[in-house]
Amino acid sequence: MPPLRRGGLAVVLALVLPVTLALGWEVAVDTGAASGRLLPPPSRIGATLADLAASGDLLTHVAATLVRVGLGFLCGAAAGILAGAAVAMLPAVRRLIDPSLQALRAVPSLAWVPLFILWFGILETPKILLIAVGVFFPVYVGVSGAIASVDRKLVEVGRVYRLSRLALARRILLPAVLPATLVGLRTGLGLGFLFVVAAELMGASEGLGYLLVDGQQFGKPDQILAAIIAFALVGKLADTVLVALTRPLTRWQDTVRESL
Amino acid sequence: MVAATLERPLPRAADREAGARLSVEGVSHAFAIRGAALPVLDRIGLAVEPGGFVALLGPSGCGKSTMLRLVAGLEPPDAGRIAVDGARVAGPDPARLLVFQDPTLYPWRTVRGNVALGLEARGVGRERAARADAALRLVGLDGFAEVYPHQLSGGMAQRAALARALVNEPRLLLLDEPLGKLDALTRLAMQAEILRLWQEKRFTALLVTHDVEEALVLAERVIVLSDRPAAIRADIPVDRPYPRHRDDPNLVRLRREILGILGQPT
Ligand SMILES: Nc1ncnc2c1ncn2[C@@H]1O[C@H](COP(=O)(O)OP(=O)(O)OP(=O)(O)O)[C@@H](O)[C@H]1O
Ligand SMILES: [Mg+2]
Repeated sequence: MPPLRRGGLAVVLALVLPVTLALGWEVAVDTGAASGRLLPPPSRIGATLADLAASGDLLTHVAATLVRVGLGFLCGAAAGILAGAAVAMLPAVRRLIDPSLQALRAVPSLAWVPLFILWFGILETPKILLIAVGVFFPVYVGVSGAIASVDRKLVEVGRVYRLSRLALARRILLPAVLPATLVGLRTGLGLGFLFVVAAELMGASEGLGYLLVDGQQFGKPDQILAAIIAFALVGKLADTVLVALTRPLTRWQDTVRESL
Repeated sequence: MVAATLERPLPRAADREAGARLSVEGVSHAFAIRGAALPVLDRIGLAVEPGGFVALLGPSGCGKSTMLRLVAGLEPPDAGRIAVDGARVAGPDPARLLVFQDPTLYPWRTVRGNVALGLEARGVGRERAARADAALRLVGLDGFAEVYPHQLSGGMAQRAALARALVNEPRLLLLDEPLGKLDALTRLAMQAEILRLWQEKRFTALLVTHDVEEALVLAERVIVLSDRPAAIRADIPVDRPYPRHRDDPNLVRLRREILGILGQPT
Protein backbone atom coordinates (compact mmCIF):
# COMPACT_ATOMS: atom_id res chain seq x y z
CA MET A 1 0.00 0.00 0.00
CA PRO A 2 1.40 3.45 -0.81
CA PRO A 3 2.48 5.32 2.31
CA LEU A 4 0.05 8.19 1.80
CA ARG A 5 -3.00 5.96 1.75
CA ARG A 6 -1.74 3.99 4.69
CA GLY A 7 -1.25 7.26 6.60
CA GLY A 8 -4.78 8.31 5.69
CA LEU A 9 -6.11 4.99 6.86
CA ALA A 10 -4.25 5.35 10.16
CA VAL A 11 -5.92 8.72 10.73
CA VAL A 12 -9.35 7.29 9.95
CA LEU A 13 -8.75 4.35 12.28
CA ALA A 14 -7.54 6.64 15.06
CA LEU A 15 -10.71 8.74 14.74
CA VAL A 16 -13.15 5.82 14.83
CA LEU A 17 -13.26 5.53 18.62
CA PRO A 18 -13.57 9.20 19.67
CA VAL A 19 -16.04 10.06 16.90
CA THR A 20 -18.23 7.04 17.68
CA LEU A 21 -18.26 7.90 21.39
CA ALA A 22 -19.02 11.55 20.72
CA LEU A 23 -21.85 10.76 18.30
CA GLY A 24 -23.20 8.10 20.66
CA TRP A 25 -23.26 10.55 23.55
CA GLU A 26 -24.87 13.22 21.40
CA VAL A 27 -27.65 10.82 20.41
CA ALA A 28 -28.06 9.57 23.98
CA VAL A 29 -28.56 13.09 25.33
CA ASP A 30 -30.74 14.05 22.36
CA THR A 31 -33.13 11.16 22.86
CA GLY A 32 -33.27 11.82 26.59
CA ALA A 33 -31.59 8.52 27.48
CA ALA A 34 -29.01 10.56 29.42
CA SER A 35 -29.35 13.98 30.98
CA GLY A 36 -25.96 15.33 29.89
CA ARG A 37 -25.85 17.53 32.94
CA LEU A 38 -22.38 16.48 34.13
CA LEU A 39 -21.04 15.57 30.72
CA PRO A 40 -22.57 17.85 28.10
CA PRO A 41 -22.82 16.57 24.53
CA PRO A 42 -20.29 17.75 21.94
CA SER A 43 -22.75 20.17 20.38
CA ARG A 44 -23.18 22.06 23.65
CA ILE A 45 -19.41 22.24 24.25
CA GLY A 46 -19.02 23.55 20.71
CA ALA A 47 -21.72 26.14 21.30
CA THR A 48 -20.05 27.29 24.55
CA LEU A 49 -16.73 27.58 22.79
CA ALA A 50 -18.37 29.58 19.99
CA ASP A 51 -20.09 31.90 22.50
CA LEU A 52 -16.82 32.50 24.33
CA ALA A 53 -15.11 33.25 21.07
CA ALA A 54 -17.87 35.54 19.84
CA SER A 55 -17.95 37.61 23.03
CA GLY A 56 -14.16 38.07 22.86
CA ASP A 57 -13.80 36.39 26.26
CA LEU A 58 -11.95 33.45 24.78
CA LEU A 59 -9.33 35.73 23.27
CA THR A 60 -8.88 37.53 26.61
CA HIS A 61 -8.38 34.27 28.49
CA VAL A 62 -6.11 32.73 25.88
CA ALA A 63 -4.04 35.91 25.75
CA ALA A 64 -3.69 36.02 29.54
CA THR A 65 -2.54 32.40 29.64
CA LEU A 66 -0.15 32.85 26.73
CA VAL A 67 1.45 35.94 28.29
CA ARG A 68 2.07 34.00 31.52
CA VAL A 69 3.48 30.97 29.73
CA GLY A 70 5.55 33.21 27.47
CA LEU A 71 7.10 35.22 30.30
CA GLY A 72 7.65 32.17 32.47
CA PHE A 73 9.15 30.29 29.53
CA LEU A 74 11.54 33.12 28.70
CA CYS A 75 12.73 33.47 32.30
CA GLY A 76 12.99 29.73 32.91
CA ALA A 77 14.68 29.00 29.59
CA ALA A 78 17.19 31.83 29.96
CA ALA A 79 18.06 30.75 33.50
CA GLY A 80 18.25 27.10 32.40
CA ILE A 81 20.57 27.86 29.51
CA LEU A 82 22.86 30.06 31.63
CA ALA A 83 23.01 27.64 34.55
CA GLY A 84 23.39 24.62 32.25
CA ALA A 85 26.25 26.23 30.33
CA ALA A 86 28.00 27.40 33.49
CA VAL A 87 27.74 23.99 35.14
CA ALA A 88 28.98 22.17 32.06
CA MET A 89 31.91 24.48 31.37
CA LEU A 90 33.14 25.42 34.83
CA PRO A 91 33.91 22.45 37.08
CA ALA A 92 33.96 24.65 40.19
CA VAL A 93 30.44 25.89 39.46
CA ARG A 94 29.30 22.34 38.82
CA ARG A 95 30.52 21.14 42.20
CA LEU A 96 29.00 24.17 43.84
CA ILE A 97 25.49 24.28 42.40
CA ASP A 98 24.67 21.07 40.54
CA PRO A 99 23.99 18.94 43.66
CA SER A 100 21.63 21.58 45.05
CA LEU A 101 19.82 21.96 41.74
CA GLN A 102 19.46 18.19 41.43
CA ALA A 103 17.98 18.10 44.92
CA LEU A 104 15.54 20.90 44.08
CA ARG A 105 14.61 19.10 40.88
CA ALA A 106 13.37 16.21 42.99
CA VAL A 107 10.76 18.45 44.62
CA PRO A 108 7.40 18.14 42.82
CA SER A 109 7.07 21.68 41.59
CA LEU A 110 3.46 22.10 42.74
CA ALA A 111 4.75 21.81 46.29
CA TRP A 112 6.11 25.34 45.85
CA VAL A 113 2.65 26.82 45.32
CA PRO A 114 1.81 27.61 48.98
CA LEU A 115 5.22 29.09 49.58
CA PHE A 116 5.08 31.27 46.47
CA ILE A 117 1.65 32.54 47.49
CA LEU A 118 2.95 33.40 50.95
CA TRP A 119 5.94 35.19 49.51
CA PHE A 120 4.52 36.92 46.48
CA GLY A 121 0.76 37.07 47.01
CA ILE A 122 -1.59 35.81 44.33
CA LEU A 123 -0.87 38.26 41.52
CA GLU A 124 1.25 37.63 38.45
CA THR A 125 4.69 37.20 40.07
CA PRO A 126 4.14 33.80 41.72
CA LYS A 127 2.42 32.48 38.59
CA ILE A 128 5.24 33.42 36.27
CA LEU A 129 7.79 32.19 38.78
CA LEU A 130 6.08 28.82 39.09
CA ILE A 131 6.02 28.42 35.31
CA ALA A 132 9.66 29.48 35.12
CA VAL A 133 10.59 26.83 37.69
CA GLY A 134 8.81 24.21 35.61
CA VAL A 135 10.58 25.31 32.42
CA PHE A 136 13.97 25.70 34.08
CA PHE A 137 14.76 22.10 34.92
CA PRO A 138 14.35 20.35 31.58
CA VAL A 139 16.28 23.15 29.87
CA TYR A 140 19.02 23.03 32.51
CA VAL A 141 19.39 19.26 32.26
CA GLY A 142 19.28 19.36 28.44
CA VAL A 143 21.86 22.10 28.04
CA SER A 144 24.34 20.88 30.66
CA GLY A 145 24.11 17.31 29.36
CA ALA A 146 24.54 18.44 25.75
CA ILE A 147 27.62 20.53 26.47
CA ALA A 148 29.19 17.87 28.67
CA SER A 149 28.78 15.24 25.98
CA VAL A 150 30.22 17.20 23.06
CA ASP A 151 32.73 14.91 21.39
CA ARG A 152 36.22 16.01 22.43
CA LYS A 153 37.45 15.14 18.96
CA LEU A 154 35.16 17.70 17.34
CA VAL A 155 36.84 20.37 19.41
CA GLU A 156 40.28 18.99 18.60
CA VAL A 157 39.65 19.15 14.88
CA GLY A 158 38.75 22.79 15.40
CA ARG A 159 42.05 23.31 17.21
CA VAL A 160 44.06 21.58 14.48
CA TYR A 161 42.59 24.01 11.96
CA ARG A 162 43.20 26.86 14.37
CA LEU A 163 39.69 28.17 14.88
CA SER A 164 39.68 31.07 17.31
CA ARG A 165 37.99 30.57 20.67
CA LEU A 166 34.99 32.54 19.49
CA ALA A 167 34.75 30.55 16.25
CA LEU A 168 35.13 27.33 18.24
CA ALA A 169 32.19 28.30 20.45
CA ARG A 170 30.03 29.59 17.62
CA ARG A 171 30.80 27.10 14.86
CA ILE A 172 31.36 23.93 16.86
CA LEU A 173 29.98 24.01 20.40
CA LEU A 174 26.77 25.83 19.51
CA PRO A 175 25.68 23.58 16.63
CA ALA A 176 26.75 20.52 18.61
CA VAL A 177 24.54 21.36 21.60
CA LEU A 178 21.64 22.85 19.67
CA PRO A 179 19.57 19.69 19.07
CA ALA A 180 19.57 18.62 22.74
CA THR A 181 18.92 22.21 23.80
CA LEU A 182 15.90 22.41 21.55
CA VAL A 183 14.55 19.16 22.97
CA GLY A 184 14.96 20.69 26.44
CA LEU A 185 13.14 23.83 25.33
CA ARG A 186 10.25 21.82 23.89
CA THR A 187 9.90 19.76 27.04
CA GLY A 188 10.12 23.00 29.02
CA LEU A 189 7.35 24.59 27.00
CA GLY A 190 5.15 21.54 27.57
CA LEU A 191 5.77 21.79 31.30
CA GLY A 192 5.07 25.51 31.10
CA PHE A 193 1.52 24.70 30.00
CA LEU A 194 1.21 22.14 32.74
CA PHE A 195 2.23 24.70 35.33
CA VAL A 196 0.14 27.55 34.02
CA VAL A 197 -2.93 25.50 34.92
CA ALA A 198 -1.66 25.09 38.47
CA ALA A 199 -0.73 28.76 38.60
CA GLU A 200 -4.13 29.91 37.41
CA LEU A 201 -5.91 27.51 39.73
CA MET A 202 -4.31 29.32 42.66
CA GLY A 203 -6.40 32.38 41.93
CA ALA A 204 -6.78 34.38 38.77
CA SER A 205 -9.41 36.61 37.27
CA GLU A 206 -8.61 35.67 33.71
CA GLY A 207 -6.85 32.92 31.80
CA LEU A 208 -7.89 29.48 30.63
CA GLY A 209 -7.21 28.13 34.12
CA TYR A 210 -9.65 30.68 35.49
CA LEU A 211 -12.29 29.31 33.11
CA LEU A 212 -11.68 25.89 34.66
CA VAL A 213 -12.13 27.15 38.24
CA ASP A 214 -15.11 29.27 37.30
CA GLY A 215 -16.71 26.33 35.49
CA GLN A 216 -16.28 24.15 38.54
CA GLN A 217 -17.63 26.70 41.03
CA PHE A 218 -20.70 27.52 38.99
CA GLY A 219 -21.35 24.00 37.74
CA LYS A 220 -20.64 24.64 34.07
CA PRO A 221 -19.02 21.44 32.77
CA ASP A 222 -19.38 22.66 29.19
CA GLN A 223 -17.14 25.63 30.05
CA ILE A 224 -14.58 23.33 31.70
CA LEU A 225 -14.46 21.14 28.62
CA ALA A 226 -14.27 24.16 26.33
CA ALA A 227 -11.27 25.42 28.32
CA ILE A 228 -9.63 21.99 28.15
CA ILE A 229 -10.03 21.95 24.38
CA ALA A 230 -8.63 25.48 24.16
CA PHE A 231 -5.65 24.40 26.28
CA ALA A 232 -4.94 21.49 23.98
CA LEU A 233 -5.13 23.63 20.85
CA VAL A 234 -3.04 26.49 22.26
CA GLY A 235 -0.41 24.11 23.66
CA LYS A 236 -0.10 22.25 20.39
CA LEU A 237 0.05 25.53 18.49
CA ALA A 238 2.81 26.92 20.72
CA ASP A 239 4.84 23.73 20.27
CA THR A 240 4.40 23.90 16.51
CA VAL A 241 5.52 27.51 16.45
CA LEU A 242 8.61 26.71 18.54
CA VAL A 243 9.54 23.85 16.21
CA ALA A 244 8.95 26.00 13.13
CA LEU A 245 11.04 28.86 14.52
CA THR A 246 13.97 26.61 15.37
CA ARG A 247 13.77 24.41 12.31
CA PRO A 248 16.24 26.43 10.22
CA LEU A 249 18.84 25.97 12.97
CA THR A 250 18.78 22.19 12.70
CA ARG A 251 17.98 21.81 9.04
CA TRP A 252 20.87 19.37 8.62
CA GLN A 253 19.04 16.93 10.85
CA ASP A 254 16.21 16.71 8.33
CA THR A 255 18.49 14.86 5.95
CA VAL A 256 19.43 12.52 8.78
CA ARG A 257 15.77 11.80 9.46
CA GLU A 258 15.02 11.26 5.78
CA SER A 259 17.70 8.63 5.55
CA LEU A 260 16.43 6.71 8.58
CA MET B 1 43.11 5.43 -13.72
CA VAL B 2 44.79 5.03 -10.36
CA ALA B 3 47.30 2.56 -11.80
CA ALA B 4 48.24 4.96 -14.60
CA THR B 5 49.10 7.78 -12.23
CA LEU B 6 51.23 5.39 -10.21
CA GLU B 7 53.49 4.73 -13.17
CA ARG B 8 54.99 8.17 -12.68
CA PRO B 9 58.61 8.05 -11.49
CA LEU B 10 59.68 9.10 -8.03
CA PRO B 11 59.75 12.87 -7.68
CA ARG B 12 63.28 14.21 -8.01
CA ALA B 13 64.91 15.62 -4.90
CA ALA B 14 64.70 19.19 -6.22
CA ASP B 15 60.92 18.84 -6.54
CA ARG B 16 60.46 17.88 -2.98
CA GLU B 17 61.00 21.22 -1.34
CA ALA B 18 57.27 21.70 -0.84
CA GLY B 19 57.58 19.40 2.14
CA ALA B 20 58.73 20.44 5.60
CA ARG B 21 61.74 19.04 7.45
CA LEU B 22 60.73 17.35 10.69
CA SER B 23 63.06 16.76 13.56
CA VAL B 24 62.17 15.03 16.78
CA GLU B 25 64.88 14.94 19.42
CA GLY B 26 64.77 13.02 22.68
CA VAL B 27 61.02 13.33 23.05
CA SER B 28 59.49 11.66 26.09
CA HIS B 29 55.92 11.95 27.21
CA ALA B 30 53.76 10.60 30.00
CA PHE B 31 50.10 10.80 30.95
CA ALA B 32 48.82 11.00 34.47
CA ILE B 33 46.26 8.30 35.12
CA ARG B 34 44.76 8.47 38.62
CA GLY B 35 47.81 10.21 39.99
CA ALA B 36 50.25 7.64 38.60
CA ALA B 37 52.44 8.55 35.65
CA LEU B 38 51.95 6.40 32.56
CA PRO B 39 55.06 6.80 30.40
CA VAL B 40 54.05 6.64 26.75
CA LEU B 41 57.01 7.89 24.72
CA ASP B 42 60.61 7.15 25.64
CA ARG B 43 63.31 9.39 24.16
CA ILE B 44 62.13 9.27 20.57
CA GLY B 45 64.53 10.70 18.03
CA LEU B 46 63.53 10.98 14.42
CA ALA B 47 64.45 13.13 11.43
CA VAL B 48 62.43 13.27 8.26
CA GLU B 49 63.74 14.97 5.12
CA PRO B 50 61.52 17.42 3.26
CA GLY B 51 59.13 15.44 1.10
CA GLY B 52 59.91 12.19 2.86
CA PHE B 53 57.35 9.50 3.62
CA VAL B 54 57.86 7.74 6.93
CA ALA B 55 55.61 5.10 8.44
CA LEU B 56 55.33 4.42 12.18
CA LEU B 57 54.49 0.86 13.16
CA GLY B 58 53.94 -0.41 16.64
CA PRO B 59 51.69 -2.42 18.92
CA SER B 60 48.29 -1.04 19.85
CA GLY B 61 48.40 1.49 22.68
CA CYS B 62 52.15 2.02 22.44
CA GLY B 63 51.93 5.76 21.82
CA LYS B 64 51.71 6.26 18.05
CA SER B 65 48.73 8.62 18.14
CA THR B 66 50.34 10.49 21.01
CA MET B 67 53.44 10.97 18.89
CA LEU B 68 51.39 12.50 16.08
CA ARG B 69 49.45 14.72 18.49
CA LEU B 70 52.71 16.12 19.81
CA VAL B 71 54.02 16.80 16.30
CA ALA B 72 50.68 18.42 15.40
CA GLY B 73 51.14 20.71 18.39
CA LEU B 74 47.98 19.63 20.20
CA GLU B 75 50.03 18.99 23.34
CA PRO B 76 53.58 19.95 24.31
CA PRO B 77 55.97 17.06 24.99
CA ASP B 78 57.11 16.55 28.58
CA ALA B 79 60.72 16.43 27.47
CA GLY B 80 62.66 16.85 24.26
CA ARG B 81 62.22 19.03 21.23
CA ILE B 82 60.07 18.84 18.14
CA ALA B 83 60.94 21.20 15.32
CA VAL B 84 59.55 21.73 11.85
CA ASP B 85 61.90 23.46 9.44
CA GLY B 86 64.03 24.35 12.43
CA ALA B 87 61.24 26.12 14.32
CA ARG B 88 60.04 24.62 17.57
CA VAL B 89 56.45 23.36 17.46
CA ALA B 90 54.40 25.45 19.87
CA GLY B 91 50.84 24.75 18.77
CA PRO B 92 48.68 23.67 15.86
CA ASP B 93 49.52 25.18 12.49
CA PRO B 94 47.75 24.88 9.14
CA ALA B 95 51.05 23.93 7.50
CA ARG B 96 51.21 20.84 9.69
CA LEU B 97 47.94 18.95 9.72
CA LEU B 98 46.74 15.84 11.46
CA VAL B 99 44.19 13.54 9.88
CA PHE B 100 42.61 11.71 12.80
CA GLN B 101 41.97 8.00 13.22
CA ASP B 102 38.23 8.77 12.72
CA PRO B 103 37.14 11.14 9.96
CA THR B 104 35.50 13.39 12.62
CA LEU B 105 33.47 15.48 10.19
CA TYR B 106 30.97 18.01 11.52
CA PRO B 107 27.53 16.48 10.95
CA TRP B 108 25.83 19.87 10.62
CA ARG B 109 28.08 21.02 7.81
CA THR B 110 27.99 19.86 4.23
CA VAL B 111 31.05 18.08 2.90
CA ARG B 112 32.13 21.35 1.28
CA GLY B 113 31.64 23.21 4.58
CA ASN B 114 33.75 20.61 6.36
CA VAL B 115 36.54 20.79 3.81
CA ALA B 116 36.53 24.58 3.93
CA LEU B 117 37.02 24.66 7.72
CA GLY B 118 40.73 25.54 7.66
CA LEU B 119 40.25 28.17 4.94
CA GLU B 120 37.45 29.70 6.96
CA ALA B 121 39.62 29.85 10.07
CA ARG B 122 42.32 31.63 8.08
CA GLY B 123 39.86 34.13 6.67
CA VAL B 124 40.02 32.96 3.06
CA GLY B 125 36.83 34.39 1.62
CA ARG B 126 36.01 34.50 -2.03
CA GLU B 127 37.84 31.45 -3.38
CA ARG B 128 36.86 29.27 -0.43
CA ALA B 129 34.20 27.19 -2.15
CA ALA B 130 36.25 26.82 -5.32
CA ARG B 131 39.29 25.60 -3.42
CA ALA B 132 37.23 23.20 -1.33
CA ASP B 133 35.69 21.79 -4.50
CA ALA B 134 39.13 21.41 -6.05
CA ALA B 135 40.30 19.45 -3.00
CA LEU B 136 37.22 17.26 -3.25
CA ARG B 137 38.04 16.56 -6.89
CA LEU B 138 41.53 15.59 -5.80
CA VAL B 139 40.18 12.80 -3.59
CA GLY B 140 37.51 11.75 -6.08
CA LEU B 141 34.56 13.26 -4.25
CA ASP B 142 33.42 15.73 -6.89
CA GLY B 143 29.65 15.87 -6.89
CA PHE B 144 29.42 15.29 -3.14
CA ALA B 145 30.08 18.86 -2.00
CA GLU B 146 26.46 19.54 -0.99
CA VAL B 147 25.98 16.28 0.82
CA TYR B 148 26.03 15.85 4.61
CA PRO B 149 28.62 13.53 6.23
CA HIS B 150 26.11 10.87 7.25
CA GLN B 151 25.28 10.43 3.59
CA LEU B 152 28.84 9.31 2.85
CA SER B 153 30.28 5.82 3.10
CA GLY B 154 33.14 5.19 5.54
CA GLY B 155 35.75 5.40 2.80
CA MET B 156 34.22 8.57 1.38
CA ALA B 157 34.16 10.19 4.83
CA GLN B 158 37.82 9.32 5.25
CA ARG B 159 38.58 10.87 1.87
CA ALA B 160 36.64 13.99 2.84
CA ALA B 161 38.80 14.25 5.98
CA LEU B 162 41.85 13.94 3.75
CA ALA B 163 40.52 16.70 1.48
CA ARG B 164 39.91 18.88 4.53
CA ALA B 165 43.65 18.65 5.25
CA LEU B 166 44.87 18.86 1.64
CA VAL B 167 42.94 22.04 0.83
CA ASN B 168 45.30 23.86 3.20
CA GLU B 169 48.31 22.64 1.21
CA PRO B 170 50.06 21.34 4.32
CA ARG B 171 53.81 20.91 4.16
CA LEU B 172 53.66 18.12 6.70
CA LEU B 173 50.75 15.70 6.69
CA LEU B 174 50.26 13.51 9.76
CA LEU B 175 48.09 10.51 9.02
CA ASP B 176 46.81 8.50 12.00
CA GLU B 177 45.65 5.14 10.66
CA PRO B 178 43.50 6.91 8.11
CA LEU B 179 42.56 3.62 6.48
CA GLY B 180 42.17 1.54 9.62
CA LYS B 181 38.44 1.08 9.38
CA LEU B 182 38.10 0.49 5.66
CA ASP B 183 37.45 -2.78 3.89
CA ALA B 184 40.35 -4.37 2.03
CA LEU B 185 39.44 -3.13 -1.44
CA THR B 186 38.73 0.47 -0.45
CA ARG B 187 41.94 0.36 1.51
CA LEU B 188 44.00 -0.57 -1.53
CA ALA B 189 42.39 2.17 -3.61
CA MET B 190 42.98 4.73 -0.86
CA GLN B 191 46.62 3.70 -0.48
CA ALA B 192 47.13 4.32 -4.18
CA GLU B 193 45.37 7.65 -3.79
CA ILE B 194 47.53 8.76 -0.87
CA LEU B 195 50.63 7.79 -2.83
CA ARG B 196 49.44 9.74 -5.87
CA LEU B 197 48.68 12.82 -3.76
CA TRP B 198 52.06 12.62 -2.05
CA GLN B 199 53.86 12.35 -5.39
CA GLU B 200 51.83 15.23 -6.78
CA LYS B 201 51.91 17.60 -3.80
CA ARG B 202 55.32 16.66 -2.43
CA PHE B 203 54.37 17.20 1.21
CA THR B 204 56.25 15.39 3.96
CA ALA B 205 54.18 12.49 5.27
CA LEU B 206 54.20 10.73 8.62
CA LEU B 207 51.84 7.78 8.58
CA VAL B 208 50.80 5.72 11.58
CA THR B 209 49.51 2.29 10.69
CA HIS B 210 49.48 -1.19 12.13
CA ASP B 211 49.42 -2.82 8.74
CA VAL B 212 53.02 -3.80 7.90
CA GLU B 213 52.20 -4.24 4.22
CA GLU B 214 50.65 -0.79 4.02
CA ALA B 215 53.76 0.73 5.55
CA LEU B 216 55.98 -1.10 3.07
CA VAL B 217 53.93 -0.19 0.01
CA LEU B 218 53.77 3.50 0.89
CA ALA B 219 56.75 4.62 2.94
CA GLU B 220 60.38 5.30 2.15
CA ARG B 221 61.24 4.40 5.73
CA VAL B 222 59.49 2.27 8.28
CA ILE B 223 60.05 2.94 11.95
CA VAL B 224 59.14 0.18 14.35
CA LEU B 225 58.21 1.19 17.88
CA SER B 226 58.40 -0.95 20.99
CA ASP B 227 55.54 -1.63 23.36
CA ARG B 228 54.63 1.20 25.75
CA PRO B 229 56.54 3.32 26.52
CA ALA B 230 57.36 3.52 22.83
CA ALA B 231 61.03 3.62 21.93
CA ILE B 232 62.41 3.19 18.44
CA ARG B 233 63.21 -0.50 17.89
CA ALA B 234 64.22 -0.30 14.24
CA ASP B 235 64.48 2.23 11.44
CA ILE B 236 64.21 0.38 8.14
CA PRO B 237 64.73 2.05 4.78
CA VAL B 238 62.48 0.71 2.02
CA ASP B 239 64.61 1.33 -1.01
CA ARG B 240 62.21 0.21 -3.72
CA PRO B 241 60.78 2.25 -6.58
CA TYR B 242 57.09 3.10 -6.78
CA PRO B 243 54.67 1.68 -7.67
CA ARG B 244 55.41 -1.21 -5.39
CA HIS B 245 53.86 -4.62 -5.50
CA ARG B 246 52.92 -6.44 -2.39
CA ASP B 247 54.55 -9.66 -3.62
CA ASP B 248 57.89 -8.00 -4.45
CA PRO B 249 60.36 -10.46 -2.83
CA ASN B 250 62.26 -7.58 -1.24
CA LEU B 251 59.12 -6.33 0.44
CA VAL B 252 58.18 -9.84 1.50
CA ARG B 253 61.58 -10.18 3.13
CA LEU B 254 61.26 -6.81 4.88
CA ARG B 255 57.82 -7.75 6.05
CA ARG B 256 59.10 -10.92 7.65
CA GLU B 257 61.89 -8.96 9.29
CA ILE B 258 59.50 -6.34 10.69
CA LEU B 259 57.04 -8.92 11.95
CA GLY B 260 59.98 -10.59 13.65
CA ILE B 261 60.85 -7.34 15.41
CA LEU B 262 57.22 -6.87 16.43
CA GLY B 263 57.40 -10.36 17.93
CA GLN B 264 54.93 -11.97 15.60
CA PRO B 265 55.34 -15.45 14.14
CA THR B 266 56.25 -15.19 10.46
N1 LIG C 1 44.57 11.91 27.05
C1 LIG C 1 45.10 10.82 27.62
N2 LIG C 1 45.10 10.70 28.95
C2 LIG C 1 45.65 9.63 29.55
N3 LIG C 1 46.20 8.60 28.89
C3 LIG C 1 46.22 8.66 27.55
C4 LIG C 1 45.67 9.76 26.85
N4 LIG C 1 45.82 9.54 25.52
C5 LIG C 1 46.44 8.35 25.42
N5 LIG C 1 46.69 7.81 26.63
C6 LIG C 1 47.38 6.55 26.91
O1 LIG C 1 48.58 6.57 26.19
C7 LIG C 1 48.84 5.31 25.62
C8 LIG C 1 49.14 5.48 24.15
O2 LIG C 1 47.97 5.94 23.49
P1 LIG C 1 47.97 6.19 21.92
O3 LIG C 1 46.61 6.62 21.57
O4 LIG C 1 49.09 7.07 21.57
O5 LIG C 1 48.25 4.72 21.38
P2 LIG C 1 48.36 4.20 19.88
O6 LIG C 1 49.72 3.68 19.69
O7 LIG C 1 47.88 5.24 18.95
O8 LIG C 1 47.35 2.98 19.89
P3 LIG C 1 46.38 2.44 18.74
O9 LIG C 1 47.23 1.74 17.75
O10 LIG C 1 45.49 1.49 19.46
O11 LIG C 1 45.67 3.63 18.17
C9 LIG C 1 47.63 4.44 25.91
O12 LIG C 1 47.99 3.54 26.94
C10 LIG C 1 46.59 5.39 26.41
O13 LIG C 1 45.87 4.79 27.45
MG1 LIG D 1 46.17 5.49 17.78
